[in-house]
Amino acid sequence: MEGIAIRLQGLWKSFGQTPAVGGVDLEIRDGEFFSLLGPSGSGKTTLLRLIAGFETPDQGRIELAGQEVTGLAPYERDVHTVFQDYALFPHMTVEQNVAYGLRVRKVPKAERLARARQALAEVRLEGYGRRRPDRLSGGQRQRVALARALVGRPRVLLLDEPLGALDLKLRQQMQVELKALQREVGITFVLVTHDQEEALTMSDRIAVVDRGRIAQTGTPAEIYERPATAFVASFVGVSNLLDGETAHRIAGSPGTYSIRPEKIRVLTESAGPEEPEHATATGTVAEVVYLGDATRFVVDLDGGGRLTALQQNLETSSAEVAAYRGTRVRLRWHRRHAVRLPS
Amino acid sequence: MRTEAGRDPGRRLAAILRRRPRLRPVLLLTAPLLWLTVLYLGSLAVLFVSAFWTTDSFTSQVVKVWTTDNFHALLTTPVYRQVVLRSVAVALAVTVLCVLLAFPVAFYTARVAPPRRRPLLVAAILTPLWASYLVKVYAWRLILSEGGLADWMLAPFGLRGPGYGLPATVLTLTYLWLPYMILPLHTALEQLPAGLLDASADLGARPARTFRSVVLPLVLPSAAAGSVFTFSLSLGDYITVQIVGGKTQLIGNLVYSHIDLDLPMAAALGTVPVAVIVLYLLAIRRTGALDNL
Repeated sequence: MEGIAIRLQGLWKSFGQTPAVGGVDLEIRDGEFFSLLGPSGSGKTTLLRLIAGFETPDQGRIELAGQEVTGLAPYERDVHTVFQDYALFPHMTVEQNVAYGLRVRKVPKAERLARARQALAEVRLEGYGRRRPDRLSGGQRQRVALARALVGRPRVLLLDEPLGALDLKLRQQMQVELKALQREVGITFVLVTHDQEEALTMSDRIAVVDRGRIAQTGTPAEIYERPATAFVASFVGVSNLLDGETAHRIAGSPGTYSIRPEKIRVLTESAGPEEPEHATATGTVAEVVYLGDATRFVVDLDGGGRLTALQQNLETSSAEVAAYRGTRVRLRWHRRHAVRLPS
Repeated sequence: MRTEAGRDPGRRLAAILRRRPRLRPVLLLTAPLLWLTVLYLGSLAVLFVSAFWTTDSFTSQVVKVWTTDNFHALLTTPVYRQVVLRSVAVALAVTVLCVLLAFPVAFYTARVAPPRRRPLLVAAILTPLWASYLVKVYAWRLILSEGGLADWMLAPFGLRGPGYGLPATVLTLTYLWLPYMILPLHTALEQLPAGLLDASADLGARPARTFRSVVLPLVLPSAAAGSVFTFSLSLGDYITVQIVGGKTQLIGNLVYSHIDLDLPMAAALGTVPVAVIVLYLLAIRRTGALDNL
């Protein structure tokens, strides 16, 4: 196993009365693409700022590559950040921005210019070196910020919602590029995001942050397929929660269950379970939402409760699916996809 | 509807302006443009033209004969040259002192003080501007008088106040124009995104380096904008120097003393600060300060 790039132990940080980070323990491995995923206000950005050194914890310990850095200033840590608003220096050219970290560390001019150009090439911005940041588009600024943070080859690169300001197409393209870049340079990336799709596509591992604490840490598949809490189940992807009477009746034993909408098949009422491992429930279609590539069915179950099912539009068209509203259907899923959540 | 619109003059005007968009700036700018061209530029032109006239030495009457004698005298008489240089030096000294004093104050009001208290601090900085200029200058005359506050405070250190003279003039002018420097610096520092300071530290810069490479270059245009005020106000002043300057003469005093006896010479002297300030503005423009005014 590789070494540990970042270790957080018993980390607490409060602003005024409310703790933004309330007792976080976390280990991030060397060379990993790690995401801190959570809604706004969950404390994920505070966590990032604690790692970068912009905030000092009230309690706890931060280690970078085995060295304690808890009390060190940002300029004493081998960590660089890509800021949410990019924070490019407006009075410097793109090249000067990228070379800034090297200039501060007194790298000779010829070398730092060469490395800045190379870093710009890595983010596909050759020839933009002489421009001012305000002459660039949002996506280009984002790349400059990335080049500036990467050029010094830090131990860890922190990314604070780096794609938040980009439009959907560009964001998806940058997700792919960012992942490729991380593989290429082999630096540990820690990404803060509220976008579950972003976290799922790019990360090796994800920590889901909920009200200042880590709700679950795991690979994207683990997080998605086997959510540890109701919060994780509902925040990562769309989830159906079954509980109480309904859960008991359908799943056979009481508890709270989470079923992903795409795991549920919508069948005609007369269809039965094909295998003993299948669970079924009948109900009436309350809502049909045509999504283009798929259709979302919201079904009111006969015994109470409501499930959402997602079907790929393999053969159906919008006109056909709309006719399902109000019809009787049978929902079927594999029992192992109903994940029991701890109460 | 038509008749109703026709009766209301406001609506009729609005309708006309809608149909003729070119009328809008005409309506907006006629009065201020008249003011600017006739009164402001006009008087400047008269000043400039009359600088080329001359005076009858017996009657002190203006003689409208074209001559460059006044400018010739201005450039060749050592006293005039000295006074011009002294005035520019005073204006520069005041500006430098204002920058040095205003920066820490602005840094405190914009970035250190608790955000809730900042508007109050800015208001406090502005309060001296509400007091009469003359009252403030006479207050400084009292402070700097023999055995006055300055002498009294410096006495324990075996020192004395500067008394009346050139240093007193610089000191008083610095006091007078300081708010004009603090305000733009405050605004610039307040608008400086905290993210830029974080980014600089993140890339390995210690605070001194961040200050030199990020803060200073970004507030410099605002300091230059403030210096337009401190420099031009100092260059044009002639009252402060009369009250606390002792025998010191600046351009303004020369203009004042020539006005009754030799108006064309006064006009020629008066063009000097105009020329100096135009040169100063041209120099300042290169810093981008004028985009910030």
